[in-house]
Amino acid sequence: MTFRKYLVLVGVTIFAAAGDSLLSRGMKEVGNVSLSHLSDVILAILNPWVAAGIVLLLGFFAAYMTALSWADLTYVLPATSLGYVLLALAARFLLHEHVSPTRWLGIVLISSGVGFVAGGPPRTHVTPHTDAQNSARNALVIKSRNS
Amino acid sequence: MKSIYTWAAILVIVLTSTTGDILLARAMKRVGDVGQLRRRQGLMAVLGRVLRNPHFLLGLVAMACGFYSLLFALSWGDVSLVAPAAASLTFIANAIAARIFLHERVDRRRWIAALLVAGGVVLLAT
Repeated sequence: MTFRKYLVLVGVTIFAAAGDSLLSRGMKEVGNVSLSHLSDVILAILNPWVAAGIVLLLGFFAAYMTALSWADLTYVLPATSLGYVLLALAARFLLHEHVSPTRWLGIVLISSGVGFVAGGPPRTHVTPHTDAQNSARNALVIKSRNS
Repeated sequence: MKSIYTWAAILVIVLTSTTGDILLARAMKRVGDVGQLRRRQGLMAVLGRVLRNPHFLLGLVAMACGFYSLLFALSWGDVSLVAPAAASLTFIANAIAARIFLHERVDRRRWIAALLVAGGVVLLAT
């Protein structure tokens, strides 16, 4: 695990949490969307909060896919759950909302779960031939032919 | 009677989003480290590899189904039940499915983590 890879995992966490909160704030402004007016969902994109939320969630998706390319699903998923912890901490320290003891316990459980996984290896098995390895091998073959 | 529908909706959300996660993870495992691939062949090659992977496209479809079933369930179900139940059960379903379909070694460490996170999500939402 390099520093850059930890940065990708931090990106997964922060993009997910920030994107979700922007989206939910925007949807509260847009109001209820009924099944008979599904076009309202498309128009919701015009709301700046919703638009910003979607941009951040696209960033989340890119970071998530990047992480899955070198780490197990069961390694990356707990990282996404740290976002819930971030949201609760932001509510407490930035918005000065009350966080109940039950929610503090939830924060402790999620954080310790993430700690458990982070202490182990990110990959527990080797995929026989990934595209990345194939292209590395091809590059070597071409190089040895040219020399 | 209404609670049966709510739990059925939760089940659909858990199944679709787990299917999506497994397919996306399988696609990305197949593509391999995108950082390496990008340095060697450029960003467009990475995008091409990912977008041409059938598992990736199927995973996107499954994720979209999961997202819309969550939206529908939230529109008539109890938010304080549907959202945390679906999120925490998805963690556990993913651990089981990753072991079966992705052959990840879900050892005791990762099981404990999945259970802790699932429990924590439920507590945070209450």
